[in-house]
Amino acid sequence: MIGIEHYVVVSSILFVLGVLGIFLNRKNIIVILMAIELILLAVNINLVAFSSFLGDLTGQIFAMFVLTVAAGEAAVGLAILVIYFRGRGTIAVDDVNRMKG
Amino acid sequence: MIQVIAFYLFATLVIAAAALTIMARNPVHSVLWLIVAFFNAAGLMVLCGAEFIAMLLVIVYVGAVAVLFLFVVMMLDIDFSELRAGFIRNFPLGMLLAVVLFVELFVGLIARNAGKLALGKPDGSAVPMPAASNIEAIGALLYTRYLFLFEAAGVILLVAMIGAIVLTHRQRGGVRGQNVSKQVARRPEDATHNVSPEVGKGVSL
Repeated sequence: MIGIEHYVVVSSILFVLGVLGIFLNRKNIIVILMAIELILLAVNINLVAFSSFLGDLTGQIFAMFVLTVAAGEAAVGLAILVIYFRGRGTIAVDDVNRMKG
Repeated sequence: MIQVIAFYLFATLVIAAAALTIMARNPVHSVLWLIVAFFNAAGLMVLCGAEFIAMLLVIVYVGAVAVLFLFVVMMLDIDFSELRAGFIRNFPLGMLLAVVLFVELFVGLIARNAGKLALGKPDGSAVPMPAASNIEAIGALLYTRYLFLFEAAGVILLVAMIGAIVLTHRQRGGVRGQNVSKQVARRPEDATHNVSPEVGKGVSL
């Protein structure tokens, strides 16, 4: 029978794949953003699974808020990417030093 | 039985699609694999009875976010082969970190099975209503107890939208835009005048 453990294992594998994606594609910010989406998806699966197995809807509401933030983050991130590309002609982000921080 | 088969199908596909998302050579393929991952995650959520979040995932992620990614990837003219230069070099460290992270998460899971921490019980205020569909129960909770958080989420989306527009908007030279103050300041007596022409003389403009 499928229990909560199965869901947690799936979501932890997904989370780790997202982190690995950030490490492997350090230059390509588009894939980094996609890896962040994968991480948030893993979090959402976890929230929904626990909400369903514990019989408490708060997790699903919270998953909805995570979805909202993920959508906003993708929009602003891609907008920043577009203006970065307009200024530099590349999206290699491993040597971004414009703000000298 | 069918639930178990469906779970393993969705779980395998979501993990395979996620792996292909981060490994794919071409970012367009990455986006397409991301869409597959989202669909299968929605399947997983349907399986445990959260239809509303599953449909939201399909509509918001597949319909909006993934299409936005696809748009940007295809619009920008990028040399992707150059961006993959560090892929092999970063592979051992990334793998090491990924394995360590996964083992950590797995240890947490084993510890939970061995005897979980004494967590508080749900206070019962968010228990799904009996004989109500998932979306009905979520709506009843969202518009009462989480109303202000819901509106805050709307404000976040508004700020994100305005931010994206402000960031990408640019003033281009050589185009004639609308001058609102000039339009508003224009009065009828400046724009028109009445004439009473004599017959046969015509009108001077």
